[in-house]
Amino acid sequence: MIFVYGFGECEKMAMHERKVIELDQGWDFMQKGITKLKNLLEVKPGETQFSSEDYMMLYTTIYNMCTQKPPHDYSQQLYEKYREAFVEYIDDMVLPALREKHHEYMLKELQKRWQNHKVMVRWLSRFFYYLDRYFIARRSLPGLNEVGLTCFRDRVYQEMKSMVKDAVLSLIDQEREGEQIDRALLKNILDIFVEIGLGSMECYENDFEEYLLKETAAYYSRKASIWILEDSCPDYMLKAEECLKREKDRVGHYLHSSSENKLLEKVQHELLSVYANQLLEKEHSGCHVLLRDDKTEDLSRMFRLFSKINRGLDPVSQMFKEHVTSEGMALVKQAEDAASNKKEEKRDIMGVQEQVFVRKIIELHDKYLNYVVECFQNHTLFHKALKEAFEVFCNKGVAGSSSAELLATFCDNILKKGGSEKLSDEAIEETLEKVVKLLAYISDKDLFAEFYRKKLARRLLFDKSANDDHERSILTKLKQQCGGQFTSKMEGMVTDLTLARENQTQFEEYLTSNSQANPGIDLTVTVLTTGFWPSYKSFDLNLPSEMVKCVEVFKEFYQTKTKHRKLTWIYSLGTCNINGKFDSKTIEMIVTTYQAAALLLFNASERLSYAEVMTQLNLTDDDVIRLLHSLSCAKYKILVKEPNTKTISPNDVFTFNNKFTDRMRRIKIPLPPVDEKKKVVEDVDKDRRYAIDASIVRIMKSRKVLGHQQLVMECVEQLGRMFKPDFKAIKKRIEDLITRDYLERDKENPNLYRYLA
Amino acid sequence: MRRSSNRKSSSAAATAGSTKAASKEFEKIDQLFNVYADKSSGTIDPEGIEQLCSSLEVDYTDVRILMLAWKMRAQKQGFFTLEEWRTGLKALRVDSISKLKKALPELSKEVSRPSDFLDFYSYAFRYCLTEDKQKCIDIESACQLLSLVLGFQFGPQVDKFIEYLKSQSEYKVINMDQWMGFYRFCHEIPFPSLENYDSDLAWPLILDNFVEWFRENQK
Repeated sequence: MIFVYGFGECEKMAMHERKVIELDQGWDFMQKGITKLKNLLEVKPGETQFSSEDYMMLYTTIYNMCTQKPPHDYSQQLYEKYREAFVEYIDDMVLPALREKHHEYMLKELQKRWQNHKVMVRWLSRFFYYLDRYFIARRSLPGLNEVGLTCFRDRVYQEMKSMVKDAVLSLIDQEREGEQIDRALLKNILDIFVEIGLGSMECYENDFEEYLLKETAAYYSRKASIWILEDSCPDYMLKAEECLKREKDRVGHYLHSSSENKLLEKVQHELLSVYANQLLEKEHSGCHVLLRDDKTEDLSRMFRLFSKINRGLDPVSQMFKEHVTSEGMALVKQAEDAASNKKEEKRDIMGVQEQVFVRKIIELHDKYLNYVVECFQNHTLFHKALKEAFEVFCNKGVAGSSSAELLATFCDNILKKGGSEKLSDEAIEETLEKVVKLLAYISDKDLFAEFYRKKLARRLLFDKSANDDHERSILTKLKQQCGGQFTSKMEGMVTDLTLARENQTQFEEYLTSNSQANPGIDLTVTVLTTGFWPSYKSFDLNLPSEMVKCVEVFKEFYQTKTKHRKLTWIYSLGTCNINGKFDSKTIEMIVTTYQAAALLLFNASERLSYAEVMTQLNLTDDDVIRLLHSLSCAKYKILVKEPNTKTISPNDVFTFNNKFTDRMRRIKIPLPPVDEKKKVVEDVDKDRRYAIDASIVRIMKSRKVLGHQQLVMECVEQLGRMFKPDFKAIKKRIEDLITRDYLERDKENPNLYRYLA
Repeated sequence: MRRSSNRKSSSAAATAGSTKAASKEFEKIDQLFNVYADKSSGTIDPEGIEQLCSSLEVDYTDVRILMLAWKMRAQKQGFFTLEEWRTGLKALRVDSISKLKKALPELSKEVSRPSDFLDFYSYAFRYCLTEDKQKCIDIESACQLLSLVLGFQFGPQVDKFIEYLKSQSEYKVINMDQWMGFYRFCHEIPFPSLENYDSDLAWPLILDNFVEWFRENQK
């Protein structure tokens, strides 16, 4: 306010009183003002503040001396004298005062002197302001403000900067050691470094920051070398985190913000980068131990710290992967050991142990996925580590069963009746969800599909499925994960059953309207679409006469519906309710068609030998042994076997057991299923050969000419979704295709193949 | 008119002349052919070949007979047709048994030349495909043939490979690709070190298995 008012007034005054002021004279006057200012700064007692008249007089003097006509325009001289005023003051008062003090006292003095200087510059530049308006501008000279500050820089700062820097660093180190220091002082001192650069950060960076960084590095290097020996990994990390926090704090309080990244980087380097491996591999407290002991908080800290250094997370994720892999392998071994302790005769049956194994794998996955999300903040490196770890042990089988089979059996147990009725719908859904996720890690997905399909067939055909919704739900999940091709057959199977029910209704209507066709036995037929269902061998069982008519009747009915289809009867999958008229009472028995056929033989003969049974039924030894065993050596002895041993031999003779009874009126006599494992593996191998062939032909058709290794690579990639083809298998198929004239080797380069159209 | 008739006659004369010359050229060769040929079939059959061999004082399992067959481009194993006989003997520039006998060493040398050997080697395989549409030869025959054809040049490898073929049961026959592959193997892979053999390359699988078997047995 004063300035604006002041200028206008002065100029008006100047118009009237224009007496020439000589330089000496004028300067004398100015000098008085300057002296007054100095006294004020030195806080001399008795000195009063400048009044507005004082100020105006001083300003006007300058103004006059600059606007006088030559040779009395003294702008140049005044400009020089302006500068000299500072130099004089600095040399006389400021430097001596600073030189006699040291360390923190010196800093305090400097702080004061700098503030004073700024005040002096402010005032003097106001007095001499007119110079700025014309003289300086016209000659493009450094402005008054700059001149003033430059004086301080050249005369005070240059001399003191090194000592100041040392004093500051010393205080910082003291603070690092835990002492309280005057933070405001440091802030002000460091502000000098910044401001003295006159717009550039050069002074701050070269005269202070550079040394700060070096000193900091040295400080933490010393500390780290001690801590790394004395402290456990978690303790060290705590200290490191604390140090980083404090250094950041330091920046906030008195360092310039531009120092933050550089400073923290130095600290991180000395505390973490240098000792990264030693820290992680510490014998009793390192990464492996933390993982083993579930120290999630320490691991989170580890993640936070190591994510700051370049590639710091690589070794951590590697250790995580190793840990998860070894945990998984331990489960595999556990299951293997449990399986080998099992009794010999129970070996083939998938036991509780294997189910427990799958459940444990799921739990392991849950646990470590949680780690990835919580401790490792969903970082891709750790997702990848988890995936790779699981891919290692999820492909290990247990007790001769592949992981694909184990998983399929696990699903079967959940989905079949009596499997997991204790679990809530939600829990079941959740479990199915997790199982499907595990499938992603299994390379033989096609093997899983085939086992699953076989077991699904069994559930559907023997009415063992617990819940339709769950069945459909898992198929949806599988479809999402593996694509429609994976589940299309299974969906077809489920649909077939729905259609079969409709079909049955129509069949029953047909029977009612054609009473002469009625075979006298209740017959339910399920027609399966070949292709959707697993392949079943259909043996030419000699049907009992009662059943022959059933088959005929259904055939006729089916002809009325469609003309162009062929029915192949699969008796091995049928069930039969048959009444046994025993001495004490009649009991209804639920058996398979094979068992029923065998039992019905005894309506015609009292005694039958093994050989006779086999001939009359026209089945294989394997089937005959199984079924006779189920009827004579298991829980319910419907037939009496001579001799009364526990196993079936070709010399045995069987008679109907009239004396048989049970407290129930209706019993179920199970026929244990054949181990499908071998057949499934064979079928899948066969499918794979076709798939590899098709893939090779597809690739070669589009590329026309391709090198061996590339062909193999593309083939593996194409088929990867379903299984991991091995190189030898691919090679074999290539050779086969060469023999069949689909491909040929290039004449010049035997590593190159050509497509033969 | 006259001119053309003259020409006709002259050309006729020319053809007659060349046939005469040709028949003269092949006269001795044909005569020799008839010595061994079966009268009814008009071709030299296995019996005839046996006779030829004793005339040449060469065992009929000798590789030189195979070389002779190659020179003739004989199509069917155990038989030489007149055309084939003519082709062979003309190429060898012989028309008598003694000359033929003398030509055999020269023929051996010729076959050993790298450019010709490859052709001979693949010919040897095809020669053994006796049935129509047959593409492979059984292990037993393959072993004999290998020994005959490569035994001299690559004895150690051939012996080992034969040992392998006889001990394994996965392959019952050898096809052309495997046959040629083995030849390449002998040429490119040092034996018995097998140091630069890389099963990731397009070597036939049977050779991968052979190398694996060989390395196992070394231990």
